[in-house]
Amino acid sequence: MFGVLRAYTLIALWQARPGLAGYDVTDAVTFCFVTQAFIGPMQLFGGGLNIPERIRSGDIALDLVRPASLQLWALAEDTGRAAYLFLVRGIPPMLLGAALFGIHFPADPGRWLAFLAGFAIAVVVSFGWRYLVALSVCWLLDDRGVAVLSLVLTTFFSGMMLPLHLFPGWLGDLVMVLPWAAMVQLPTDLYLGKAPVLDTLAFQALWAVVLLGLGALATRAIRHKVVIQGG
Amino acid sequence: MIELDRAGRSFKVRRNVVHAVRDLSFRVAPGEFVGYLGPNGAGKSTTIKMLCGILTPTTGSVRVAGLDPSRRRTTLARRIGVVFGQRTTLWWDLPLKDSFELIRHLYRVERADFATRLAELTETLDLGEFLRTPVRQLSLGQRMRGDLAAALLHAPDVLVLDEPTIGLDVVSKAGIRDFLQRLNTERGTTVLLTTHDLGDIERLCRRVMLIDHGQLAFDGTLDDLMATAPGQSSIEEVVTRLYTGT
Amino acid sequence: MVRTYALLMWTWTRAAAAYPASFALMTVLGVFVAAMDVGVILIIFANTTTLGGFSRDEVLFLYGTSAVAFTICDTFVSNIDRVSEHIKAGTLDTFLIRPVSAWIQLATDRFVANRLGRVLQAGAVLGYAVVALSLDWGRAWMIPVMVITGIVIFAALWTIAGAAQFVLTDAPEVVNTFTYGSSTLTQYPLSIYARDLVSGVTYVLPLAFVNWQPGLYVLGRDDPFGTPGFMRFLGPAAALVLALVAALAWRQGIRHYRSTGS
Repeated sequence: MFGVLRAYTLIALWQARPGLAGYDVTDAVTFCFVTQAFIGPMQLFGGGLNIPERIRSGDIALDLVRPASLQLWALAEDTGRAAYLFLVRGIPPMLLGAALFGIHFPADPGRWLAFLAGFAIAVVVSFGWRYLVALSVCWLLDDRGVAVLSLVLTTFFSGMMLPLHLFPGWLGDLVMVLPWAAMVQLPTDLYLGKAPVLDTLAFQALWAVVLLGLGALATRAIRHKVVIQGG
Repeated sequence: MIELDRAGRSFKVRRNVVHAVRDLSFRVAPGEFVGYLGPNGAGKSTTIKMLCGILTPTTGSVRVAGLDPSRRRTTLARRIGVVFGQRTTLWWDLPLKDSFELIRHLYRVERADFATRLAELTETLDLGEFLRTPVRQLSLGQRMRGDLAAALLHAPDVLVLDEPTIGLDVVSKAGIRDFLQRLNTERGTTVLLTTHDLGDIERLCRRVMLIDHGQLAFDGTLDDLMATAPGQSSIEEVVTRLYTGT
Repeated sequence: MVRTYALLMWTWTRAAAAYPASFALMTVLGVFVAAMDVGVILIIFANTTTLGGFSRDEVLFLYGTSAVAFTICDTFVSNIDRVSEHIKAGTLDTFLIRPVSAWIQLATDRFVANRLGRVLQAGAVLGYAVVALSLDWGRAWMIPVMVITGIVIFAALWTIAGAAQFVLTDAPEVVNTFTYGSSTLTQYPLSIYARDLVSGVTYVLPLAFVNWQPGLYVLGRDDPFGTPGFMRFLGPAAALVLALVAALAWRQGIRHYRSTGS
């Protein structure tokens, strides 16, 4: 439903300014429905990890003493769910968009390959971010605030609401290098064939590594905290 | 005071129709204290919810205090008190006192009447020490006493209790039983009590009704109930026999 | 009724006041969330001068009128959409034993004033648009009328969504998409949508009367879809009809309630 309304807004904008940001109208509509397909797998509206509840209930102590790393364990779980959600929640909006408005389906297998690689890294970036948000409960008493803040940052600066190419001036330059661009805007550009493949994947991978690294540090800190406080 | 005439309530569960209560008829006169027994899933709660107007009967008729509960739910609410043992009707985050104050407004109880009744209930139910505590911090026994008081602040003619002693310790149970007994004898409030605790029944109820598979299986005095199974000395054994049909 | 509503609201406000920091934080963050929609409009107009034939300030005017009505309902009525939560938790029973309509108790349940921040934000946008557009003051009387119409329409939608949850207890998101979707839809000039969709929200679900039809009158514009001029004034009637439908739906919902558990 929101996808359809957003598509109309984008169509109206591209009718007023054809060729804006190097997209044609069909590109813009495609952008809308491909990004819609990301909501489920990347949990763009927040959530998906049960870590905050486990921290509050104290069960986190059990997770931390397991031989497997908490972070890798959660990542494995999250990517599994993302693959599933992409199929059940991601494909239908794309088909709906194709049926209502007509969207591009790349004919070139190389482009599909680039897109799927970009999508996979995007899922990891999204996980890395949500994992940090989830762990922040440990230090902040009220996790709702962080959740809302994360929601705003993720939906607005990922390209979920508007393609980031439309953001004016320095804001436009800034949002393209933030981690959220790696979640939605970049994989979609790979789908549309509007971005250099290797550079884009490298940039996404960089953010994935940075966020996972921070996550690992945070995991160590919380283990320390839990051990000292006795859970 | 309470009148059921071939009342029934069925639910559609997927394709099947389940009759939670069927063709149930009974009357409760003003001032009676009736125990309402039955195994789990027999239709006790469904009956009670029909009495309060929460559920609309699918067949037959229900009248409480002369009103059709499902059509005149909010009018009836002023004349009936309801306590659910399993969940509180109080406001979780509010101190008990504030919950009572809110009830005064919702039921439009006169300020003077309210003050007298609250003083009385505070004393008989021994609420004094936790009147200012938020409901979520009360122990089960305290909460139940609070719930009872809340159900009686508007001086209802009928009090309907759904398992009010569930999970309570011996002392709390005894306190609640004493209170209910006095309420019935001194004020003449009609009480319908469902419980799994046969001690409640023995101690309080002159009349016992037993429901099974949505239908009335027994209706009579406690002595009559004992007489259905000669040779059995305890009420537990009698009721077990009735439940299991042996 | 109003007194009972105010009393319950006040009681919940006092309960929430026990956590002042959380209250302040949520107020600020609520404004952030709401500001995203304005951000989108501003970014769109950083790239174009018209959208669907309307200027930036005209779109902000339409956004503002819809958002003021919607956020007021979001503050005062939206808790109605938690019917399914209450059914599952069994708390609906406790509302039904009180001598006050269940609708009022649900609408005020856990009322928190922090959503008022969004009303202020929407009001500020509307205020800006009204000043920037230098409107014809002879037509400005319509603005309060359309806000009230919008409040009634959104409140009715929420009530219908709540009533639907008595049946669709397991899918509250489906019905809630419909209330929030209505808000999103009315934030833009309807001229950007397809003709069939606009006919639907004019003649079936009267969203066009929240701000589009009366807004065209205030802005002194013709309807690009060519509806006759008298339709600009039908808002209150449409709202009334929808409110009646909502009241009936709510009654039916309550009668179909199947309390679960013991």
